[in-house]
Amino acid sequence: MNRIALQMLTGDRAKYAGIIMGIAFASLLITQQMSIFVGLMTRTFSTISDLGQAEIWVTDPKVQFIDDVKPLAETKLLRVRGVNGVEWAVPLYKGLLKARLPSGAFQTCNVMGLDDATLIGGPPEMVAGTIQDLRRAEGVIVDEVGARTRLAKPPARPGEPATPLTVGDTLELNDQRAVVVGICRVSRTFQSQPVIYTTYSRARRFAPRERKQLSFILAKAKPGVDPAELCARIEADTGLSAFQARDFQFKTVRYYLKYTGIPINFGMSVVLGFLVGTAIAGQTFYNFTLENLRQFGALKAMGASTWSILRMILLQALFVGLVGYGIGIGLAALFGRATRGTELAFRMLPQLLGITALAVVLICILASMLSILKVIRLEPAIVFKS
Amino acid sequence: MQIASQLAVVCRDIHKTYVTGSTRTAALRGVELEVRAGELLMLVGPSGCGKTTLISVMAGILNQDQGDCRVFGENLLAMRATQRTRFRGQNVGFVFQAHNLLPALTARENAAVPLLILGVKRAEALRRAEHFLELVGIPEKAHVRPAQLSGGQQQRVAIARALVHSPRLIVCDEPTSALDHVTGQKVIELLRQVALDGERALVIVTHDQRIFPYANRIAAMDDGRIEHIAEQTPLAVSQSLARPLEP
Repeated sequence: MNRIALQMLTGDRAKYAGIIMGIAFASLLITQQMSIFVGLMTRTFSTISDLGQAEIWVTDPKVQFIDDVKPLAETKLLRVRGVNGVEWAVPLYKGLLKARLPSGAFQTCNVMGLDDATLIGGPPEMVAGTIQDLRRAEGVIVDEVGARTRLAKPPARPGEPATPLTVGDTLELNDQRAVVVGICRVSRTFQSQPVIYTTYSRARRFAPRERKQLSFILAKAKPGVDPAELCARIEADTGLSAFQARDFQFKTVRYYLKYTGIPINFGMSVVLGFLVGTAIAGQTFYNFTLENLRQFGALKAMGASTWSILRMILLQALFVGLVGYGIGIGLAALFGRATRGTELAFRMLPQLLGITALAVVLICILASMLSILKVIRLEPAIVFKS
Repeated sequence: MQIASQLAVVCRDIHKTYVTGSTRTAALRGVELEVRAGELLMLVGPSGCGKTTLISVMAGILNQDQGDCRVFGENLLAMRATQRTRFRGQNVGFVFQAHNLLPALTARENAAVPLLILGVKRAEALRRAEHFLELVGIPEKAHVRPAQLSGGQQQRVAIARALVHSPRLIVCDEPTSALDHVTGQKVIELLRQVALDGERALVIVTHDQRIFPYANRIAAMDDGRIEHIAEQTPLAVSQSLARPLEP
């Protein structure tokens, strides 16, 4: 009977394609929108995830997310270093500074000032030069995408593409000369500004004068010390906030979820995809069942139980669900592959596939529900009605 | 007991009323009828007289409101729905006016459906279906879908499907109404020749007077009752049946 169910389903090519299309469209839209949403949210904390060495982030208690910098007094660094269980603690400058380009244009950059002695907090991957090159006079490391796009030099001749910034080039940060000593690869940030790494002392020199300039303190727990307990101890001893890197990521995401319209916008797209998919698949599936009602009636008359006919309908729904889901997910993956390396944030987590699968199961249940109700009420005597 | 064993269907005082909103339509008003094993009984009468309702009750696909209907001694109304469905699957074969073949299945697969419903293995069901397609004269159409068959050929597939699981009662609803005269005659001859044996009963609802001579008995219905039953010697099946129907 299972085979008959599938033959009935695939026998009507137009309806079969219609149902598959509805589910595939829903899968594609749900997966794609959720992947872009996750991609965007990942970008909000990319600074934290790129700083893999930092186990603990110490911040001003009022800080709400990674870009919400509330500078600390320099003395706080010493207090954190004095907390029992801290293996090391280093300063980190993070701020938005204006860079003057060779073309004369200005570009706001995300400047990261690393501890002069250890250079902890450096970029995750170097494309040209080494992190140690930051010790050279006026040295800065520029991220690859920024060097190629917003910080690029004007073209040699009009009409030609801009020339990427390379090692040895100079730029001005807040009217002070900086020399590019390396090119790095970093995760894209939410605001998409170029990222420039330099030392902490040089970053302070580049930055406008302020009473406090220490953005964050990065710390690591001694071996055997629980980082969560150490965070609590730092907070108790210093009056600052301390987060494990993962918690700081969640805090940042929570801020964006709570205070921006991003989740609502993407949520609406996901819900829309779900509703449109359900409507298309449901209506086509119901029509398919209606057209086959006489056949189902004949099967009932010939001795097929209501349950076995329901199984046939559920199998048909499951089959179109699987095929539609596969096509939708495949298209979403192709979309992600095609947009890789562009400004578009796209991160297709395995969990998203699970969520989409659940949505498709729900679509199939809703789509087949009307058909199931119709078949349950179906009198086999319908076969004798002309 | 001897008489009872020769009776395929016994209907006593069968009543059935359809209710649609506030409208009540009495389709059967005390039907008394016996169908003997081994006979071809035709139910005739004007449209709306209750013929189709009566065979639906006999076949166990419709419950009567009142009265007793026994098929091979079994009271279908007393059975649970699942038991009745099972009984129907094992004992009743159907030939419908509109054939009701599954368009996505080949002739062979369509004919095998009752066996597949009963849980017979697919290979065995298809083998037996092929045998019955041969019996009804269209073995070469085994792998053809209904849309590619003529009306007569489709009805032959439907007959093969009605016979494949060796039911003891076959009910046919206007099996010739959609066919031309020659094809209709051949289909009824085929039904007589192939379907009837000593233990099997055949009940045909029809308006087609041209096939009346093939019946053992003709029960005339009107206004939900059996008006009279005429007994006759059925017409012999012609030899032309040996040849398959023209497409």
